[in-house]
Amino acid sequence: MKQVVILGAGTAGTMMANHLNHELDHEEWRIKIIDEREEHYYQPGYLFLPFDIYEPEDIVKPIEKFIPKNVDLVLSTIDLIQPEKNQVKLLDGEIIPYDILIIATGARIAPEEVEGMKGEEWQRSVFDFYSFEGALALRNKLREWEGGKLVVHITEMPIKCPVAPLEFAFLADSYFNHKKMRDKVSITYVTPLSGAFTKPKATAALNHLMDDKHITIESDFAIAEVDNENKKIIDYGGKEIPFDLLVTVPTNKGDDLIQRSGMGDELNYVPTHKATLQSQAYANVFVLGDASNLPASKAGSVAHFEAEILTENVKRFINGQPLKEEFDGHANCFVETGNGKALLIDFNYTHEPVEGEFPFPGIGPLRLLKESRMNHMGKLAFKWIYWNMLLKGTHIPFVSAKMKEAGKHFE
Amino acid sequence: MEKNINGSNIHVNEEGYLTDFKEWNSGIGTELAKECLIDLSPRHWEVINYIQGEFKKENPLSIRKIGKSGVVDIKEFYALFPKAPLKTASLIAGIPKPASCI
Repeated sequence: MKQVVILGAGTAGTMMANHLNHELDHEEWRIKIIDEREEHYYQPGYLFLPFDIYEPEDIVKPIEKFIPKNVDLVLSTIDLIQPEKNQVKLLDGEIIPYDILIIATGARIAPEEVEGMKGEEWQRSVFDFYSFEGALALRNKLREWEGGKLVVHITEMPIKCPVAPLEFAFLADSYFNHKKMRDKVSITYVTPLSGAFTKPKATAALNHLMDDKHITIESDFAIAEVDNENKKIIDYGGKEIPFDLLVTVPTNKGDDLIQRSGMGDELNYVPTHKATLQSQAYANVFVLGDASNLPASKAGSVAHFEAEILTENVKRFINGQPLKEEFDGHANCFVETGNGKALLIDFNYTHEPVEGEFPFPGIGPLRLLKESRMNHMGKLAFKWIYWNMLLKGTHIPFVSAKMKEAGKHFE
Repeated sequence: MEKNINGSNIHVNEEGYLTDFKEWNSGIGTELAKECLIDLSPRHWEVINYIQGEFKKENPLSIRKIGKSGVVDIKEFYALFPKAPLKTASLIAGIPKPASCI
């Protein structure tokens, strides 16, 4: 009996377990998936939790509910990957051999990377919303916050879901409006990039949103330190921004397991072939989702498109056929803009988000790069699609793994 | 748009960044630096070579990452390319400014 081992039962790993369960011959292949947690978290929900739009039970469910019966779920901490020996070592000492390994260990926040970020004010006036605990603590803070200077901040790229901090700023504007206290809150958006939007089409189409919502932008800000005592963030050039409430996206890193195993770059991401998803170092190791160093967005939709292509490549690898160089960096994301509206963006390695219709050219019903209520309904419906279709590896109708150019207005 | 610099025609975007890295050479880098009021020293070139190497490997760049690279510390990076060092160094190196997905 041969064995495929999947590390991580998050979005990427769970989808892969379901795909392989359908595709592999169970007489010949055993599939094992390992994770240290018992719960699966719907990470897009972290954006809504702080604003009391979702409750914790909307976004946390038992992992085992989504793993097929024929797949072995091992709930244990992984100590090391030993690729030279084709095996994984668990913390309790158990050795798990593999013929094919799929690394789907994701990315996490690393606030310890910035001086003072995890200081006295952490979860008092300095919050993240990229972890369940952080989003929940922030919800409790926002419920009682009486206003002041809200600073929404990105530490450095790459981060999971690069649009989430923007969405957070937009939803904060809505939230404080509804609470009839918008006049007591100033919102500043601080980014290490050159602006809230960096791509030409998106900048032209969307920059007005910042003015409309009275959000001040501080760009080119490379944070050096969080000053807990004086409640300000300071950049390497000496610029200072005061806050009463700092909502930051800390540095994102791959799992420490990758570092312990000596398989990652300086941010613990695994060097991966960007079109086949094979690891650059080992032919029988593949990397899916946020764990890779691909120059694609770290987002669930990307993992979803990758999983369809990786399933094909695992089958080809088993049969000794050349791998398909097919992954194009495709991402498809709803972007909440507040007041019950959202945008939809669809792009890949080489094509920036543009206006158009999706998924049917000329028809829609969703509009690309334009605010609409329909897009917002799409985002809310997506939670159901995630739990009931995406994780199970069900193909989403009319949405292909490779990006389509039809229906998009490139010029 | 096209721009004539150091005797050759290059393509740049509205902000002056090269749109095709293949058009870059060290003479163009020197001239682009002059437009930013920077005289390139050997230290500047070490930084430019490093960020071009990361660009070719498609690794995203950040000021913090460059600070940890061992090539230059952040203080010196700001001294070499004042104000917005990563943007300025990228422009001189002929690579796009760091971007997000939208």
